[in-house]
Amino acid sequence: MIRSVLVFLIVLVFGAIKLPIERDLSATHRQLHFRDELDLNFREQLSQLGFVAALSGFRSIVADVLFIQANVAWERTEWGRVLLLFRQVTTLQPRAVLFWDMAAWHMAWNASAAALNDRAQPRLALRIKAQRDFFALGRDFLERGIENNPEKPRLYETLARLYKEKYNDHERASEFFAKAAALPGAMSYDKRFSAYELSYVEGREHQAYERLRRLYDAGENQRLPTLITRLKFLEDKLDILDEQRINDTEN
Amino acid sequence: MIEARHRRFSFVRVLAIATNTFTELTRLKVFHVLLIFALLLIGSSVFMARFSFQQEFQILKDVALGAMSIFTSLLAVVATARLIPQDIEDRTIYTILAKPVARFEYLIGKLAGVLLLLAIGTLAMGAMFLIVLYACEQTVLHETARQTMSPEQLNDALRAVRASALNADIVPCIALIYIKACLLGALTLFVSTFATTSVFTTVVMVFIYFIGHLQATAREYWLQQSGAGWITRTFLALVALIFPDLQAFNLVDGIIAGAAIPLAFFVKTAALGIFYGAIYTLLAGVVFYGKEL
Repeated sequence: MIRSVLVFLIVLVFGAIKLPIERDLSATHRQLHFRDELDLNFREQLSQLGFVAALSGFRSIVADVLFIQANVAWERTEWGRVLLLFRQVTTLQPRAVLFWDMAAWHMAWNASAAALNDRAQPRLALRIKAQRDFFALGRDFLERGIENNPEKPRLYETLARLYKEKYNDHERASEFFAKAAALPGAMSYDKRFSAYELSYVEGREHQAYERLRRLYDAGENQRLPTLITRLKFLEDKLDILDEQRINDTEN
Repeated sequence: MIEARHRRFSFVRVLAIATNTFTELTRLKVFHVLLIFALLLIGSSVFMARFSFQQEFQILKDVALGAMSIFTSLLAVVATARLIPQDIEDRTIYTILAKPVARFEYLIGKLAGVLLLLAIGTLAMGAMFLIVLYACEQTVLHETARQTMSPEQLNDALRAVRASALNADIVPCIALIYIKACLLGALTLFVSTFATTSVFTTVVMVFIYFIGHLQATAREYWLQQSGAGWITRTFLALVALIFPDLQAFNLVDGIIAGAAIPLAFFVKTAALGIFYGAIYTLLAGVVFYGKEL
């Protein structure tokens, strides 16, 4: 009996000693994004087994299983299910950029195209509305993905593509390509793409010209056909003096 | 005649018990089955899904590290839970303790045998995982290099492949999986000192495993919520004080998502695991000294 009480007391004393260490470690975990609290309301969306697995340190595996299910749903063009599964996947693994990217791609590119070509809906206006709703869902995934991963360039780049290809909003596309380019690990073309997009924006031609010109002057490896075409277009539009224009024969 | 002085604690005796325990455990079919199953799972994870290379690498890492985590934890619990009850059943324990072997030496020796087994299991699984990941990375790199693109694009593509495949943070992640298994082994040893059967110990450990992963939630709720009733608060306080925070060792999700483990953070987490392990072994010793054999 005395021994049991002694053991219990040791456990409690040990518990009191470890408590501040655990709290400190938890805070570091959160700071380094190793521990994102799982919303307990999430239980309603996930199966009981999946929820238990997610709480037991197997979130990434549960997320993978759901991701594979989402791909199966995509193959069957069950867009509602794809959306639901990707919401679960991104809730489980908010730091996995890949999942946000894939979710946005399915919504803004695949589901939106399917909605526009939906033969079951005879009214074009409603098909266009559905398409726009899917664009918005894709954008929402990307914006929330960026909120969770502000230091990773990939989602900024995808959001830029979304603005460019789906909304035809070159100004915002340029802004997000520029944001991606400013981050470590960005693709080398992000900076160039930002300048290309800006060259399409009415009223920002001077700024675009300066940026494209700087890239052109940076060296041969930047003098790609699109850059030269956009630069020539702006030279004409801005009436740049002949001696300041790029040399045609060089390229 | 010169009598050799009997030492209260001898590493040689502990080593003898550890070696013996390890040999016994390696002969167990459950160990072979678990290890083979884990190796198969890790090895076959490469064939599980055909996606883009980033998705393949992510799934491979998730499955492999998840398999390592679950199999080492399972092995730690199953192997340790049977140690004392089996020795009592075989009456080996009486033969050992009838000799000048302290009970604490016996316990440490037994635990060391399990930890050695876990180390070999983790090394085998880790090696298999790294080989598979490396092979996949090389395949994707060769495929990428064969594609026609500008040198700049090729550099970007190769960089993206390398960034999503092997990285140095996988090694501390595997080390923490091992430390977590060691802690579970020590905790199982503690439970088995007052349990009567290995089944009871295993069942209790399954509950502890789940509670351990929720301990942090209970702890934060207990320390932050002043509005909860005293029964709730007492219950939460007991959970927070008694159970280990197993979530602290679960860095797999973050590593796969691309987070880096700073050295100081790794050392702190590992030290916490060793601290837990030492305390649970000490507690096992206290209970085992009072056990009637």
